[in-house]
Amino acid sequence: MNPSKILIYDGSFNGFLTSVFVAFEEKINVVDIQPNHQQQSGLFSETETVFTNVSKAKRVWNGVRNKSHSAISNIYFAFLSETDGVELLLFRYVQKLMPTKGQKQSDFSDETILRISQLARSVGREKHRMEAFVRFQLTKDGIYFANIEPDFNVLPLVSKHFRNRYADQQWLIYDVKRKYGIYYDLDHVELVSLNLKEIHFNKIKKSDAFLTEEYDYQTLWNDYFKSTGIKSRINRKLHTQHVPKRYWKYLSEKKETA
Amino acid sequence: MNFERIREKLNILADAAKYDVSCASSGSNRTNKNKGLGNSTGMGICHSYTEDGRCISLLKILLTNYCIYDCAYCVTRKSNDIKRAAFKIQEVVDLTINFYRRNYIEGLFLSSGIFKNPDYTMERLIAVAKKLREENFNGYIHLKSIPGASDELMYEAGLYADRLSVNIEIPTVSGLKLLAPDKKHEDFTKPMLKVKNELIRYKNERKIIKSTPKYAPAGQSTQMIVGATNETDKDVMYSATYYYKKYQMKRVYYSGYVPVANDSRLPSLGSQVPMLRENRLYQTDWLLRFYGFAVNEILNDQHPNLDVDVDPKLSWALRNLHLFPVDINKADKRILARIPGLGLKSVHKILNARRFRKLNWDHLKKIGVALNRAKYFMVCDSRQWERQDLEAEKIKGLILQNSHGKFRNQYSQQLQLFN
Repeated sequence: MNPSKILIYDGSFNGFLTSVFVAFEEKINVVDIQPNHQQQSGLFSETETVFTNVSKAKRVWNGVRNKSHSAISNIYFAFLSETDGVELLLFRYVQKLMPTKGQKQSDFSDETILRISQLARSVGREKHRMEAFVRFQLTKDGIYFANIEPDFNVLPLVSKHFRNRYADQQWLIYDVKRKYGIYYDLDHVELVSLNLKEIHFNKIKKSDAFLTEEYDYQTLWNDYFKSTGIKSRINRKLHTQHVPKRYWKYLSEKKETA
Repeated sequence: MNFERIREKLNILADAAKYDVSCASSGSNRTNKNKGLGNSTGMGICHSYTEDGRCISLLKILLTNYCIYDCAYCVTRKSNDIKRAAFKIQEVVDLTINFYRRNYIEGLFLSSGIFKNPDYTMERLIAVAKKLREENFNGYIHLKSIPGASDELMYEAGLYADRLSVNIEIPTVSGLKLLAPDKKHEDFTKPMLKVKNELIRYKNERKIIKSTPKYAPAGQSTQMIVGATNETDKDVMYSATYYYKKYQMKRVYYSGYVPVANDSRLPSLGSQVPMLRENRLYQTDWLLRFYGFAVNEILNDQHPNLDVDVDPKLSWALRNLHLFPVDINKADKRILARIPGLGLKSVHKILNARRFRKLNWDHLKKIGVALNRAKYFMVCDSRQWERQDLEAEKIKGLILQNSHGKFRNQYSQQLQLFN
């Protein structure tokens, strides 16, 4: 029997794919795959640190993608959910996928496969929410700036959407929780890590980082939000179902309530 | 910009536009060209939701709420004593672009009261759309076709807008005569017909010349008010079906009448908005468009109105118990879609999963089937299923007992302990 091992990787997606590659190549009996910032050793298994190798990662990516496009996107989306133990689940997913000929990724009666597709779906929902809930504020430097705090790490997934849409304005979307952002400089999008001292969410107090015109538009939007609702149909439960309260503090139309 | 003035106008003109329910921003295919602003891909985005739970995806405003007509159901009718205002073209363009840049909206939904005459109004609406496109704005634009507008203008409107719509408002011709005596039925249908024909022509021409300019890529839609006249659900759905077929509508919207006037022809001010009825009509609409039902299966002379206490699919199934139970592991897609409690997503998952193994209750539950309803209508790979020949009334009772609905208190016979 092959040795039981816990694989430790650097927390990146490529690092995870490399671990999958190593596990397959060395026929390791994988007990767990853990990112190095939260590793936990097992009682009866040894650990092995995997060094990220882009070409190995790419081979896994291509191997899965050749099987099915939806499988590889499920893997990427589910990975970004950052759920505890998702790495092992994904590894089992790849194990189930690779040896079979059929469309195994659509076997929704298999628990692992169903779980991964559900995880991927929730990340997809969060991605879509962020495309909706980003509220840009125009700074004095002419940059459209937005803070977000998504449940999952969806910034890499939304960058294409914003690049295609706001091609003629500079913008920066900053993930407050994960402390990094994506910045578009009218040419291409890059990852930026910065430690912002001040988080600009919906305070009534105005910051001098923004133009007065910016606050005028926020007021107009806030007004519009109010006047477009129909009083005799009010349904707060449905409202919070669609716009969960955890997002309110970044939505300028919810300024008074947040 | 003159902030206070704009603010006042926006409040008046957004307030008047809110009774239009359509807020779809999907189905178009405008890409961002030459580093312009915006795009509208197939998928719509709801950027926020009002406190009544409706999606806010477009900046929905009237160009003006001055109107020469006096339709009883409408808040901007000329006899109504309200504040009037009108936007300048550039003001609408600036608002739209600035909201769009901040990611508040997907685009503009522009409607208008009718001033001077239909063509004059339509021209102004088109001018806004044209100006936006000239500023390289590729977001979504939904223009209202003004009833009675000429064919030439309807053609031009489609060149700039993604979607065009005329609201039929009153589902029956007799109701229209009663409530909107100035308008003729043909005024509504003429622009619809023109748009439909243009869409067909565009489709054909595009096969030959790829660069044919886009014509209303997201198609056309319409809206009906329900509960303003005493029409039945059958009247509503039959005319909806007519508009879907005859004018190839992308959507027909149903809007529960919100009382806005004291008029003896209408439900009085303060009477409840028929939200449950609206909900049932939308469910029926979905059954017709996606689940392969024909309208006369759900509504006919014996059943001119939808059940309030159960959804239309369940109600149909209870009337047709001889078609059930269905074997979930064998039945084809169309039959599966007719089982109450099974949505199209579950159907898709079942079809995929059953290629690998026979499915049992446990699989179905995990997939997400609403078994509390579905279990009476199907069998699967299990020895346990409803063996008794239950009668329709009995099944309905059991389902109602073991479930709860958000509208239940509106029709429940049971006395409320706390109120």
